[in-house]
Amino acid sequence: MAGSGTKRPRRRRRRIHLSKLYTLTCTQSCFKQDHSQIGGPGYSRVVFCNEPDSPDADSSNYSDNYVRTTKYTLTTFLPKSLFEQFRRVANFYFLVTGILSFTPLAPYTASSAIVPLLFVIGATMVKEAVEDWRRKKQDIEVNNRRVKVHRGDGNFDSKEWKTLSVGDIVKVEKNEFFPADLVLLSSSYEDAICYVETMNLDGETNLKVKQGLEVTSSLREDSNFKGFEAFVKCEDPNANLYSFVGTMELQGAKYPLSPQQLLLRDSKLRNTDFIFGAVIFTGHDTKVIQNSTDPTSKRSMIEKKMDKIIYLMFFMVVLMSFIGSAIFGVTTRDDLMRRWYLRPDSSSIFFDPKRAYVAAIYHFLTAAMLYSYFIPVSLYVSIEIVKVLQSIFINQDIHMYYEEADKPALARTSNLNEELGQVDTILSDKTGTLTCNSMEFIKCSVAGTAYGRGVTEVEMAMGRRKGSPLVLQSNEDDVEYSKEPFVEESTVRGFNFRDGRIMNGNWVTEPHADVIQKFFRLLAVCHTVIPEVDEDTEKISYEAESPDEAAFVIAARELGFEFYNRTQTTISVRELDLVTGKRVERLYKVLNVLEFNSTRKRMSVIVEDEDGKLLLLCKGADNVMFERLSKNGREFEEETRDHVNEYADAGLRTLILAYRELEEKDYKVFNERISEAKSSVSDRESLIEEVTEKIEKDLILLGATAVEDKLQNGVPDCIDKLAQAGIKIWVLTGDKMETAINIGFACSLLRQDMKQIIINLETPEIHSLEKTGEKDAIAKASKESVLLQIINGKAQLKYSGGDSNAFALIIDGKSLAYALDDDVKHIFLELAVGCASVICCRSSPKQKALVTRLVKSGNGKTTLAIGDGANDVGMLQEADIGVGISGVEGMQAVMSSDIAIAQFRYLERLLLVHGHWCYRRISTMVCYFFYKNITFGFTLFLYEAYTTFSATPAYNDWFLSLYNVFFSSLPVIALGVFDQDVSARYCLKFPLLYQEGVQNVLFSWRRILGWMFNGFYSAVIIFFLCKSSLEPQAFNHQGKTPGREILGGTMYTCIVWVVNLQMALAISYFTLIQHIVIWGSIIVWYLFITFYGELPAMISTGAYRVFVEALAPSLSYWVVTLFVVVSTLLPYFVYSAVQMRFFPMYHGMIQWLRYEGQCNDPEYCDMVRQRSIRPTTVGFTARLEAKRRSVRRSESI
Amino acid sequence: MSSGGGGSSEPSGVKKTSKRPKYSRFTQQELPACKPILTPSWVILTFLVAGVVFIPLGVICLFASQGVVEIVDRYDTDCVPESSRANKVAYIQSEGNKMCNRTITVTKTMKHPIYVYYQLENYYQNHRRYVKSRNDAQLRSPREENDVQTCAPEDNVAGHPIVPCGLVAWSLFNDTYQFSRNSEKLPVNKKDISWKSDRDSKFGKNVYPKNFQSGAPIGGGTLDPKKPLSEQEDLIVWMRTAALPIFRKLYGKIETDLNAGDTIMVLLENNYNTYSFNGEKKLVLSTTSWLGGRNDFLGVAYLTVGSICLFLAVTFSVLYLVKPRQLGDPSYLSWNRSPGG
Repeated sequence: MAGSGTKRPRRRRRRIHLSKLYTLTCTQSCFKQDHSQIGGPGYSRVVFCNEPDSPDADSSNYSDNYVRTTKYTLTTFLPKSLFEQFRRVANFYFLVTGILSFTPLAPYTASSAIVPLLFVIGATMVKEAVEDWRRKKQDIEVNNRRVKVHRGDGNFDSKEWKTLSVGDIVKVEKNEFFPADLVLLSSSYEDAICYVETMNLDGETNLKVKQGLEVTSSLREDSNFKGFEAFVKCEDPNANLYSFVGTMELQGAKYPLSPQQLLLRDSKLRNTDFIFGAVIFTGHDTKVIQNSTDPTSKRSMIEKKMDKIIYLMFFMVVLMSFIGSAIFGVTTRDDLMRRWYLRPDSSSIFFDPKRAYVAAIYHFLTAAMLYSYFIPVSLYVSIEIVKVLQSIFINQDIHMYYEEADKPALARTSNLNEELGQVDTILSDKTGTLTCNSMEFIKCSVAGTAYGRGVTEVEMAMGRRKGSPLVLQSNEDDVEYSKEPFVEESTVRGFNFRDGRIMNGNWVTEPHADVIQKFFRLLAVCHTVIPEVDEDTEKISYEAESPDEAAFVIAARELGFEFYNRTQTTISVRELDLVTGKRVERLYKVLNVLEFNSTRKRMSVIVEDEDGKLLLLCKGADNVMFERLSKNGREFEEETRDHVNEYADAGLRTLILAYRELEEKDYKVFNERISEAKSSVSDRESLIEEVTEKIEKDLILLGATAVEDKLQNGVPDCIDKLAQAGIKIWVLTGDKMETAINIGFACSLLRQDMKQIIINLETPEIHSLEKTGEKDAIAKASKESVLLQIINGKAQLKYSGGDSNAFALIIDGKSLAYALDDDVKHIFLELAVGCASVICCRSSPKQKALVTRLVKSGNGKTTLAIGDGANDVGMLQEADIGVGISGVEGMQAVMSSDIAIAQFRYLERLLLVHGHWCYRRISTMVCYFFYKNITFGFTLFLYEAYTTFSATPAYNDWFLSLYNVFFSSLPVIALGVFDQDVSARYCLKFPLLYQEGVQNVLFSWRRILGWMFNGFYSAVIIFFLCKSSLEPQAFNHQGKTPGREILGGTMYTCIVWVVNLQMALAISYFTLIQHIVIWGSIIVWYLFITFYGELPAMISTGAYRVFVEALAPSLSYWVVTLFVVVSTLLPYFVYSAVQMRFFPMYHGMIQWLRYEGQCNDPEYCDMVRQRSIRPTTVGFTARLEAKRRSVRRSESI
Repeated sequence: MSSGGGGSSEPSGVKKTSKRPKYSRFTQQELPACKPILTPSWVILTFLVAGVVFIPLGVICLFASQGVVEIVDRYDTDCVPESSRANKVAYIQSEGNKMCNRTITVTKTMKHPIYVYYQLENYYQNHRRYVKSRNDAQLRSPREENDVQTCAPEDNVAGHPIVPCGLVAWSLFNDTYQFSRNSEKLPVNKKDISWKSDRDSKFGKNVYPKNFQSGAPIGGGTLDPKKPLSEQEDLIVWMRTAALPIFRKLYGKIETDLNAGDTIMVLLENNYNTYSFNGEKKLVLSTTSWLGGRNDFLGVAYLTVGSICLFLAVTFSVLYLVKPRQLGDPSYLSWNRSPGG
């Protein structure tokens, strides 16, 4: 089986039985308990593979492979979207009033009530339709992807995904997605092994090995499938990604199927040329689709609060109607002998004095219709229009466009724009979100000497701040960085190592050259990477299970130890010979690979070199490695430990390298034992564990590597800004604790002087319990342990006097499972909230979602989840806002996110600029909306008081209904789309401004009620001033007295002026657009009343020529308008002048700064910022602060 | 929900259109904008301007109002004989002569035209039932005379449509006034007392009253069946319903000057029933100014607001001088106020 030569590497590779490389992984499945359930309930699925024409196959009517994500279909669109519309209370109310307006109850004509409603509903439906059409297009794209499907006689045709049906045999090629859930039959490797990338499903980036059944592994040619038939019985479709139970019947024999044979839709074939698989689950039956819940439509806090305002308005409408009806009832009852001109003796039921109470009840309905102007009919549609436009601005922001991946920001739902301005806690994924998921070999420590001058992102960020006088330069390295702050990018991906002492072969002159040689040789040999030689250029690329491994091999190559070939049993390396100084090819025989897993935290290979020496090469985490060193192998331990700590603090992943020479006989004993252990039936894993434990000891330390889990550009900066804005950042990662802590350091979420409260279950008691395997006992003990740790943590926190600055909480997934129990979670939350940083590691997607829910519901603040993988989907959907990172690959997170950005650092602009703006815009807009409608609606009510509440509208029907549509809608939309309190530059310069949203100061009840009050008194002023000025004397020079239409017209004019000028007063940002819409609305009113008045009297009724003939020529109309408008706005003007000058809000302060030109004075700015800033707890600003404090402390001693 | 794991299909290289957003000041929200803030100078200037404009305007309005001579004579009680005052409603509903003489003394010279109004109080012409009880189509065209649907109960008399139908027309005001000075008649010009647009477009030139006030009960005034509606100006004025329960309507114009000290005799026919709802009836003689009739409210209000503005201008100047701005005083920020927030 071993390679037949070096000439044809590709063919040779195909013959490798890679499964043999893996000592620990059990790839072969066997019948287990579960298999007995097949055929029973829940396990009833029957699949006839490769028998499309079989009559039995037809009978099982499984869903096709078409996946639909749209909300509506052509037929359901109308009813469903209408239903959605009228589910909103306000819209339903308008529907009811609209219907009632056809009855004699109506105070106005039916058409004037229906038209605005139709307009509003229509606009919303168009928006829905457009959005759904976009989803449809995406569906079409996915469903029409092609895959090769067996179509009989061993021929494979390319077919669309949607045409696949259960039982089909498909051939998937390298780097393609699996179109459905498949059972792996065979692959390009002889032992039917294949590598799968499941990033879309669970976010894990390392490749998973899957292996087909041995009986089918020989079907490696297309033609093999001619006449192939199999019969699969398995479980029903379910959402569990990690379980699968089934049997395959092949020529009468039964074989067990396990998750090991199942290839899931949306995962990707990697490192394998092709596979053959049988389709088991299609379309909506696939595990991934079963997993994806329909996105719950999220609503922002403002919208929820808006509902409350609407209820409040309903209450007011009811109250006013009730008051009106009562008075109306009383006066009507008395009418019989009094107001003869109303003919009370011969009246319809609506005005009948003899049944006044019935009339009053009917009147209540009429009044409710009349006062419907209290509730802005156009509110929802305006907000929706505004939000869509806001999203366009977000999408168009050039500062959030990622050049390298050609990806702009994408707001997928526009519902949540303003929520972006209120985020209190960010829950972030790590891999792919904070980091780019590429590892760079950056430093190493060999034989006690530290090499590598690369600069990490953190150090760069710290270095950039050097210009600031606040920073103390205490670290000698820092000086070095400031000399060369920006190092040119390394050309090799995964390698960012620079050190003249050992690069370019210079290492031979170093004092410990032999150790260095062993060090890099180990890197070149100890791994499971597969090299791939480009046949044309002879360049070697590596395919590794994890990016760290690739980084090591690349580093070894760059330093002269080129791993270029792997066979079943050998590894070939080109390296420099110390003696001859030439490059020689060396062949290492691989005897065993003891691979990495999370409990072992190390990996070893046992090789035989060309001299026949047996070597055990081992790399692993510091805590497991140092204890396995032999007495004489600890020569450099001290220095290495120091370096490792230093690296870890700089946010690097470290591994310790060590080796050991094995005696022939020792190895023999080991080999026997391990094969024994592998073949044992029961308790295999612990046996293997025991055996490996015995050989991986007495190691000799070589050194340590430091790999940078490369942070995305600008992440520390961004985190610092967000922290300054008072946003808390939690990291939830599936990674192991060490890595997570490293990254915590890297992004300044952790620092050395922070007290870490670590909660885990790595105690000896739990371990010993685990050995006994009593599940209940373990659970009980674990829970107690977690609870105790949490309570201890809280005690520490309390002891420190609530100074959350200094605490970081780190909890692992196992403990988290207990910490999230109902009875513990609140204590846990209290602890977590008290800490400056929270890091949850080893957390499952479900736990991420649960933590998110806990934060969201626990302290009622807005949460934002950000992640890039499918494992973040739950979290993204659970959080108030889900932000997906549209990374290089994998769209799962993006598809379930609300907003997608390409890089974590864009979060800064998204939140601090767009979030703040949108929040401000929407909240001001909603307040203004209610203000303007109260101003309008309350004049109607006041007028009613002068008509004995008979529900005569003060204005013409069309004035009434068009108020919200024409004369006051555009300015408020412009406000919602364009208003800026301060420009983007200042938003970023003064991140604390963001707290206006978090504290919700712009949409507090105080402010809302303040605006409502403004509306009420505006209405009162307008009504009484108009009434007193105009009635009852003559109105013009010709002695004509004003009637209803003249009073109405004048009042209406005043209202249009007042609400539009109020807008002009309230905003402090006038572009041409604002000028056009504000002044335009007023002009439109005059145009409307002119042209409407020119329509035949039949249509314009009371408004016929009222402006041209009566209002415009009369000076008193203009004089009254001027007076009323100015007087109405005066109180607000005084209020805002006082507030702006003497009690400015934070944005007001910034406006003053800008206005007075002091923003160019950095010290002055800094003063403002310092004086109004809360102490930041994380980020490098905080780190510098802490450093300064500690220096000061040491100086004072 | 995802269907297919998304589009990470290998870069095909078919077309490489960049998704880079186009730069424009609009899309980047960097449009040139005027960003006014309420600086001391602006605030003071605004108040000053408002004050300086309003006070003269107030003076002008007040002068205009003061220049108007208005004589108001309430006659509803006085025109009921002492004997009937206990039951005025019965009196007004009874048949018989309801003539009444009133004497008005002119206090100030009144230049013509002098407008004659009647003023009704506590009369709800704006009641919804009343306002709607008319049919504009019927008023406009003889072809629509059967269209009486909104007029009930004043729609038909014995199956024949009433023109003009409805409560508004039915309750037409019918007190009449005749004026004489020194036993010389002062003619009242009743032409042109309504809005021209009403005469031209709302009341038809060939629509004649039919069956009006012929059924029981009789509401108010009657109409001359020979005159088209467009010439029945009293009706047209009446049909422009008033906005508020106290209202004046134009009765006519006296086109002679009246001198101070003149005594005007008014012979009035007290027909209209306002007694059942305690409505006052007043006869008003008034001249007009450019601003209309006499009402000091506007002028006084202008003066008041103008003075307030000036006062505020002074107050703010003092405030700005005495209490300089607290730049960035953190204690005003809510999050510095709330503990732990």
